[in-house]
Amino acid sequence: MADRKPLYLMTPALLWLTGFMVIPCLLILALAFFRRGIYGGIEYDFTFENIALVFDPLYAGIFIKSAIIAGQSALIASVVGYAAAYAIASMPKRRQPLLLFLAILPFWSNYLVRTYAWIVLLNREGLVVAVARALGYDQELPSLLYTEGAVIVGLVYNYLPFVILACYAPLARLNSEIGEASRDLGAGRWTTFRRITLPMTVPGLATGFVFVFVLSIGNFVTPALLGGGQFQMIGNLVYAQFLTANDWPFGAALSMALIAVMMGLLTLQTFATERASGGRAGEGDHG
Amino acid sequence: MGNRAPLPLTLTILVVVFAFLYLPISVLFGLSFNEGGMPTAWSGFSVKWYFLLFQDQDIIHAALNTLVVAVVSTILAAILGTLLAIGVEIRRRKGRLLETMIFAPMIIPDIVLAIALLSFFSLLDVTMGLHTIIVSHVVFNLAFVCSVVRARLKSFDWSIVEASTDLGAPILVTLRRIVIPVLMPAVVAGSLLAFTLSVDEFIIAFFTAGAGRASTTLPMQIFSMIRFGVTPEINALSTIVMIVSVVILAISQRINRGGLPGQ
Repeated sequence: MADRKPLYLMTPALLWLTGFMVIPCLLILALAFFRRGIYGGIEYDFTFENIALVFDPLYAGIFIKSAIIAGQSALIASVVGYAAAYAIASMPKRRQPLLLFLAILPFWSNYLVRTYAWIVLLNREGLVVAVARALGYDQELPSLLYTEGAVIVGLVYNYLPFVILACYAPLARLNSEIGEASRDLGAGRWTTFRRITLPMTVPGLATGFVFVFVLSIGNFVTPALLGGGQFQMIGNLVYAQFLTANDWPFGAALSMALIAVMMGLLTLQTFATERASGGRAGEGDHG
Repeated sequence: MGNRAPLPLTLTILVVVFAFLYLPISVLFGLSFNEGGMPTAWSGFSVKWYFLLFQDQDIIHAALNTLVVAVVSTILAAILGTLLAIGVEIRRRKGRLLETMIFAPMIIPDIVLAIALLSFFSLLDVTMGLHTIIVSHVVFNLAFVCSVVRARLKSFDWSIVEASTDLGAPILVTLRRIVIPVLMPAVVAGSLLAFTLSVDEFIIAFFTAGAGRASTTLPMQIFSMIRFGVTPEINALSTIVMIVSVVILAISQRINRGGLPGQ
């Protein structure tokens, strides 16, 4: 077929994406370089003030805090998710599809509802406090909800299935004969895992980690619901600039910084994955 | 892997992880049937909270809005996304820019797309409402439909299409008689996925709904209810919303085995 015909098929969707994604995003990029008007509007003179303000200790601090929370969530989700994927992959073959399906099922339900479920568990009259009391813990419990810990638990809970999915594929593809060969040659389970399994499945783990990090750092709903009103991550700060503080140019600058961090990480991850798979293929040639 | 008998450690990990995944939503599910409505004391089975829900005008209104947004944006996304997928897969040259553009709506943070669209619409002086939510939802919905359909096209034998055009069929006839029937399961599965994404989407809808309560969708309603604490009505509403998405996605999965993104 000629190479022109596909263009007609793609045109409507590409126009839609251009009109309602590319142009609005470029608009935000432009907005980041304008000045905020006295009454909250936008004044069209060029400035770097908003960009500079992102690096102001106050806001840079929120950025760093968001990155730390996203990092902790991604780390916990990666360790737990990898362990779960490993466990699923080592179950009998015919059970695996069902287990994987059950692991992803919660991921399909509404994000707000999954987050709300933790409010139900963690609030002052919630189940966790009730269980602690029943177990004989009668001292005043510190508030569980509206804490950094609650935000991390919420993020891990919401994105764990994603890590399981990302790690399961390479683990299931792993040839069992390699593991057997390793053990036949005298390596223990742990050595086999550390020297064979883990290195061969690291790309899946890295994908899981980066995605949880990227989804967490820009998250708005979880900090808003589980972190309480005072708790701020970048997503909440952007939200506030647009809906309460009415400083759109600064909000735009913040979201551009967020996009920059994300794109940097995703590029790094793509690069790392390509290198890892390239490296493995090279080793295979020699073996 | 997967040939030996499972170790106790393996089973322990599975039990702990599945407990973590299912305990919170199960508690929610159970409490929605709790007669007394207390979060820690069980006082008997009852569906009264569900009845109360159906008498709440705000919730009914929000549910209808959600349905309108999801149905219209899904239909638009199904058409645009399917055509896009076919176009991309027919093309011999694969462009990086094109791939990025199609992939972007799935990974761009919701909050960024939300404020971008808000700024865009208000700069153009567009009155916001359900129509702007629909337009915005089509952006990510078409990307998901496209990715599901493309997954199916990867195993499609293009020589049938060449045979059809060689025999003189115009491209539209070839599409209608050959490509569309083969793709139908993927299109339906992708549309069901898009539908649930749209039903569940909160942030973009929140920013592009405009002032007032006229265009409140169900997730917006849930969000504002949640902020005031835990009530038995929210438990019931959450249970319904949860079951609806899971059932629709399970159907989608069945129709198009292995075609959902990420699998």
